[in-house]
Amino acid sequence: MSLITARGLTAGFGGQQVLQGVDLALEPGEIVTIVGPNGSGKSTLLRVLAGALSPSGGTLTRAPGLRIGYVPQKLHIDPTLPMTVTRFLNLPHRAKPEAIARAMARTGVADSLAKRQMADLSGGQFQRVLLARALLQEPHILMLDEATQGLDQPASAAFYQLIDEIRHEIGCAVLMISHELHVVMSASDRVICLNGHICCQGTPEVVSSAPEYRALFGAGTQGALALYRHQHDHDHDESCGHDHGDGLDKGHGHTHGHPHVHGPDHGTPTDPAPRHAAQGRS
Amino acid sequence: MLDDFLIRATLAGVGVGLGASLLGCFVVWRRMAYFGDATAHAAILGVALSLGFALPVPGGVLVVALIMALTITALSRRGQAMDTVLGVLAHAALAFGLMAVAFLPGARLNLESYLFGDILSVSKSDLALVWGGTALLTVWLAWRWQALLTATLNPDLAAASGIDPEREQLGLTLALALVVALSIKVVGALLITALLIIPAAAARPFARTPEAMLGLAALVAVISALGGLRLAWVLDTPAGPSIVTCAVMLFALGQIAARLRR
Repeated sequence: MSLITARGLTAGFGGQQVLQGVDLALEPGEIVTIVGPNGSGKSTLLRVLAGALSPSGGTLTRAPGLRIGYVPQKLHIDPTLPMTVTRFLNLPHRAKPEAIARAMARTGVADSLAKRQMADLSGGQFQRVLLARALLQEPHILMLDEATQGLDQPASAAFYQLIDEIRHEIGCAVLMISHELHVVMSASDRVICLNGHICCQGTPEVVSSAPEYRALFGAGTQGALALYRHQHDHDHDESCGHDHGDGLDKGHGHTHGHPHVHGPDHGTPTDPAPRHAAQGRS
Repeated sequence: MLDDFLIRATLAGVGVGLGASLLGCFVVWRRMAYFGDATAHAAILGVALSLGFALPVPGGVLVVALIMALTITALSRRGQAMDTVLGVLAHAALAFGLMAVAFLPGARLNLESYLFGDILSVSKSDLALVWGGTALLTVWLAWRWQALLTATLNPDLAAASGIDPEREQLGLTLALALVVALSIKVVGALLITALLIIPAAAARPFARTPEAMLGLAALVAVISALGGLRLAWVLDTPAGPSIVTCAVMLFALGQIAARLRR
């Protein structure tokens, strides 16, 4: 059975709807990546699925006894709260010292950091400790919200490599938000393109067969753009309302606030990707 | 032994200090200092209403402080600017309370004891209340400790593990009202926040874990209670402010020591 099933999910805060009509099911062991422009509701969806935010409509069903290992986008620890790495790894449940040592070793957190204050860790170390804590929950599903933000390219590649290895070792599902194309394409079983609702979803194979995708591959953090192109090629859906970035859609109203600027030398369909990619979000 | 008013005062000071310092760590970590202030100011209104309706004062204070704390929590969830809401409510409660007390001819004379405390007049039943309340608070903290800590660290992290952060916050709100009700006789409404914040702040530079901070804060509170009462005895000053003065001196010494050690 599915780990989490959402039907017609609606969510928002402060009276503002961020998500409408989201249908989604997460299966054991799969890696699913959510992509979408800024403000498309990626984090909101993840928070709803993690149980941190109550949906305002629709149904959300979790498998009984589901354990979630949650890695938030950023974790601010108030400077008045003293917290060593070991103490942090014992939240919310006390863990055996052997289990903690294993989780630290698995995520590449050096033993010497065990007694260090969380506030003194580097960005990369902090992310690994967050992941180690999530692993100690013995999760059925790992949820990561842009877990590699602030890491350089090799560090973030190594981080996702680690996620993939862990998935195979403990058989958990992974649901993550990412901006990084190479991650979306190489490490996901399924990709969900979100813009207030689910625009499209599918395997990366389907996505990578698009010529525009090939042109874009490796062009840094343009993963979301690549998916819009794919969607345009296979199943055009006007109601989807996102920017296909092919220069032909200037007439139909860009009201959805993509972080995307059309330059005067805007690309044409026959001259698609690289230049365009360079103009996108940076 | 309990017939000696000084011994009763000492026991009351230590009991209130322990309870307030333990809860105070959460007040500091969650940045609830002004929240504590507003709740404590509401206690004056509670005193006035209790005296007016001839009800037991601690009960009246507990209820009014709780209503205040729940009102603030509800308003903050609606996205009101917290700073302003707290400023309005804290002083509204204080002003209403002071006016209400003025209508009670007998109570007028006692006003100072509710604003600044009157630890030397602590009765045996006050003592039972203080230690009963502190014991209740300690048991609750021990029971919810891991959940409270996780929710304080990050509400989303807690929710993903099946902890309801709003429930834990409600627990802290109740605990705050309880501590206010226990403390008003000892340090008075105006200085309760000091008893919450200062021991925790003094402990912070020397603590590496939350548990250590709690233990050190409790130690600071006990030393302050004993030292403050001694100070009040020697200098013939009011006991509540003397206890707070002692805590502030420990805080200052701690800050200097932490600087020197670095």
